[in-house]
Amino acid sequence: MEDLSFRHTARHRAAGSKNMAIIGVVASGNLEVLVERILPDGECVIEIKTAAEGFSDVWTAVVADFVDRHAAGGLKFSINDGGARPDTVSLRLAQAVRLMQEDEQ
Amino acid sequence: MTNWQQSRAARDSRIEAGAKVARGKIVDAADATRLLEAVLRPGDRVCLEGDNQKQADLLSAALLAVDVAKVHDLHMVQSGVVLPDHLDLYDRGVAKKLDYAYSGPQSSRIATMLFGGKIELGAVHTYLELFARYFIDLTPNVALIAAVSADRDGNLYTGPNTEDTPTVVEATAFKDGIVIAQVNEIVDKVPRVDIPGDRVNFVVQSDKPFFVEPLFTRDPASITETQILTAMLAIKGIYAPYGVKRLNHGIGFSTAAIELLLPTYGEKLGLKGKIASHFALNPHPALIPAIESGWVEQIHSFGSEVGMENYIRARSDVYFTGADGSLRSNRALCQVAGLYACDMFIGSTLQIDLQGNSSTVTTSRIAGFGGAPNMGSDPRGRRHPSDPWLQAGKEADPQGSPLLRRGRKLVVQIGETFGDKNVPLFVDKLDALVLAEKLKLDLAPVMIYGDDVTHIVTEEGIANLLLCRDAAEREQAIRGVAGYTEVGRGRDVKAVQHLRERGVIRRPEDLGIDPLDADRSMLAARSIKDLVHWSGGLYAPPSQFRNW
Repeated sequence: MEDLSFRHTARHRAAGSKNMAIIGVVASGNLEVLVERILPDGECVIEIKTAAEGFSDVWTAVVADFVDRHAAGGLKFSINDGGARPDTVSLRLAQAVRLMQEDEQ
Repeated sequence: MTNWQQSRAARDSRIEAGAKVARGKIVDAADATRLLEAVLRPGDRVCLEGDNQKQADLLSAALLAVDVAKVHDLHMVQSGVVLPDHLDLYDRGVAKKLDYAYSGPQSSRIATMLFGGKIELGAVHTYLELFARYFIDLTPNVALIAAVSADRDGNLYTGPNTEDTPTVVEATAFKDGIVIAQVNEIVDKVPRVDIPGDRVNFVVQSDKPFFVEPLFTRDPASITETQILTAMLAIKGIYAPYGVKRLNHGIGFSTAAIELLLPTYGEKLGLKGKIASHFALNPHPALIPAIESGWVEQIHSFGSEVGMENYIRARSDVYFTGADGSLRSNRALCQVAGLYACDMFIGSTLQIDLQGNSSTVTTSRIAGFGGAPNMGSDPRGRRHPSDPWLQAGKEADPQGSPLLRRGRKLVVQIGETFGDKNVPLFVDKLDALVLAEKLKLDLAPVMIYGDDVTHIVTEEGIANLLLCRDAAEREQAIRGVAGYTEVGRGRDVKAVQHLRERGVIRRPEDLGIDPLDADRSMLAARSIKDLVHWSGGLYAPPSQFRNW
């Protein structure tokens, strides 16, 4: 296992009012993302526990692009990774942001 | 005086020797090895029929059992090295030299045997090249083929899996060679004559049907969201703007996703009747929903596919069928059709380098080529125009005179930036080059050359290589869709941005595609069972694809 943590400045606050969402599954080649609205609007934190070691360069790039392309301010993402490919990681992060935009039940 | 008919005399004496173990043309399965010992001579060129689908497995086993004092050092000229027996021949010394095209399941062992010097390699060919050489310098002395049934005169019914048989028999029978067929049954009258009896010298009845591999069945349940996204990009970013109607698909999951998106996403885009209507293609089960929805006008096939027989029979408006109603496939002619009458090939690969060369060879596996290099190449002998072909030619050479400018076939490589086990699709150097150096080959086994590739599609977008004006642009266009692979992260960000502004690279958002819409609910069928339903119960999937 490897633990990684990234803290970025976010340009835009994440839309919506939902406080928490979860998507994906912890399985080989997949990942589970827990997202919580618990940070100041200009911050975004992504913490990763991954089964695949030695990919921190790739994670750094994936996370930087994600924060650049999406409005994720105020969100903390906690990821349980089962060795997912970068495209799957990007997709789950984008899906998590969309879930936060939905109305609170 | 010169004798100009020596090979005819040799053929006659071989037939005479073989006739001693036959009743007429019919030979018992138990005597198959004796027949081969009687007919074969050391050093003969032998075509053992086997391709990526059907196998002359009884004759293959019979050949393996020959007395090597009588039969040895054969030169095998066969399209597929597929069964373990095919390689055991070299361990036993029955065979010595090999010219072939495809070796899917044996790709690892064949690599080991080549490294160990067990096999003297002629060359690895495409199907069409090997077939061509059957008529020039690799004509078989003896062909061992497979058919469904025969009558006592040797007329053969090959059934839906006709595949290579007519080509192999043509080259052998008309150049004083011997043709031996294994059949599943001997009947009074064959359902249709695929091979006329006067081209067949001996018929061996097998106690079990010849082996056929269901190679083209892709379970929709295994298609990922990323594959759906790349399929959406291909449909909206390539099929639609070029108006591609005549095409060939590879056998990967990305193209299966395209087939399953035609009746849903394609319909939504209003593309029915405008794209994907005429195919050179095996009977892919994944195409059933598109056929049932009225997308497909005509399909010619290289071979058949296990379980599709009754569906094909019931959809003869779409497929080529004989007077008996069953599919007639023909690998050589379908390869020619794919080469000259299709405007696009789209398929997956294992490795793509910075020039766009692609290969399915890895350092421990030599899978051969099959048909992909012919499908995935620009035929320089083409002369008839079509809109996609002219458009592609114009993009490659916008200044050229329209009346003299060559068109271009669209050759599209589609895939995810990372494959199984996070192995990157994009590499600095192909494993094929490492292998060629190690084996001292004259030519690295490149599947599709970079100068033939027109587009690369990944989940990151489409790179249109036709619009690149020099090698540096091509490299950045490829890096630009290579995602988070090392090749992708090594991109020149500014150059890639510039290519995107010129439309050389198009991201999902440039095409109005939201990656979050790439959902499995968009697939017309999400399981094998769905395909059975679409077919009205006519498709009968093989047991390994049934979970009910």
